[in-house]
Amino acid sequence: MANPLDDYIDAVSKALALPVEEAWRSAIRANLEVSLRLGRLVDEFALPDETEPAPIFTA
Amino acid sequence: MTTKPEMSAAEIASAVAGGKMTALAATDAALARIEQHDATLNSFTDVTADRARTKARAIDADIAAGRKVGPLAGVPFAVKNLFDVAGLSTRAGSKINRDLAPAERDATLIERMEAAGAVLVGALNMGEYAYDFTGENVHDGPSRNPHDTTRMSGGSSGGSGSAVGGALVPIALGSDTNGSIRVPSSFCGIFGLKPTYGRLSRARSFPFVASLDHLGPFARSATDLALAYDAMQGPDADDGACTTRGLEPTLPLIANPISDLRIAIAGGHFQKNVFPEAVEAVSRVARALGATKVVDVPEASRARAAAYVITTTEGASLHLDRLRKRPNDFDPAVRDRLIAGAMVPAPLVDRAQKFRRWYRAQLADIFKSVDVLLAPATPCTAPKLGQVNFNLDGVELPVRANIGIHTQPISFIGLPVVAVPVPLEPLPIGVQIICAPWREDIALRVAYALEKMGVVAAPSPRGL
Repeated sequence: MANPLDDYIDAVSKALALPVEEAWRSAIRANLEVSLRLGRLVDEFALPDETEPAPIFTA
Repeated sequence: MTTKPEMSAAEIASAVAGGKMTALAATDAALARIEQHDATLNSFTDVTADRARTKARAIDADIAAGRKVGPLAGVPFAVKNLFDVAGLSTRAGSKINRDLAPAERDATLIERMEAAGAVLVGALNMGEYAYDFTGENVHDGPSRNPHDTTRMSGGSSGGSGSAVGGALVPIALGSDTNGSIRVPSSFCGIFGLKPTYGRLSRARSFPFVASLDHLGPFARSATDLALAYDAMQGPDADDGACTTRGLEPTLPLIANPISDLRIAIAGGHFQKNVFPEAVEAVSRVARALGATKVVDVPEASRARAAAYVITTTEGASLHLDRLRKRPNDFDPAVRDRLIAGAMVPAPLVDRAQKFRRWYRAQLADIFKSVDVLLAPATPCTAPKLGQVNFNLDGVELPVRANIGIHTQPISFIGLPVVAVPVPLEPLPIGVQIICAPWREDIALRVAYALEKMGVVAAPSPRGL
């Protein structure tokens, strides 16, 4: 059965012109699952709308 | 005066400046040791012997002429191969970067080390593009642990850990985005300093994650760490994130008493996911320092998650074009992580950066009542080379992704840390001495005090 993330991987790889060979797919999917799981953990944390992002940039 | 393998940088500099040893003799001794042991350790990818001897002779000429020499006169050092070294392609552990034109100028930190009299003897092995905690490299082979050459050196500055742990050089430089100075320090049983984010210039080094990249030194003692760190401080317009603060020398303060410091043990996340040796190491250090208070660091697991998200996405952005054009020239494991990183939705990255601001404020509150936090540098001693999984708190987890579980929440907000080596048997392991931003001086003082108490020390290499 197709993994629902595969359609997403196909779409983003096309949008970014990134190659995804079939032999790499399961490892990319596994890595993406980890990133999304950790991303959800961050996303679940409520932050005030006024919160500034942290990167430092000095013009 | 003859050289001995574990002579410290301070001893070499003193002997050279005092005319008891030539810089050339110190350099030749390091080159001979590299020749003798690096086939085993695989820590060097380039040995710059001609350049080193030229520099050493110039120092000896200065001394003969009565000219003043710097505090690192004649001290051999080496750098992770993501630092630009004039005349070498900056490979950053990759196959692809070997096609780059040779660097025309050294990295700022090399220039500063050499201005202080140090002698560059070569460039060091590392994990590909610094996306690594193991010290393994598919192109150059793994750098090996000097205490057991069947084990990992730790990454991504694996060659730096291996070369200093093996006493090939007294000082090496490396980079730390999520733990890449502290992890090899822990596995190889040496001292490592990850300074405050923005403290040391990253100019002319190959980046990984601009939001989180730091450079710093490795050494076999706290004094040598401070010597190198002080020589490298100072603003640099060539690195947009580098501080404009003036020099804040640490060496003159290093032997000050620590009785006034409020020292606590980091709780919560930092007491979970640890093997018994990491618990023992933190206990020994805490006991020696009289630290009993445990401070919970709120949301440290989430901080680690946010660091992971920022790392994978910024890393992917950096390498996007190389992923398109030369995907088969990457380490497949690195390539697949980077491609996945390119697919993480942007709002999650923005939220990770906002969370970083929130988390930074929580730690700032903690540092109002505490000067030092203690935490494990790694969850375990060095795993076997090639080891894929370990069992942490009853859960089978991939080694590669979890070695930095205790370092990531700290570098995420750029706090300064000295990793100190606790010489357990059969293998050493590190403890993080974590301080408030810009207080490297305190972390180095505590490291020095622990060394004087005999609680931490860089063990002689047992695998050579």
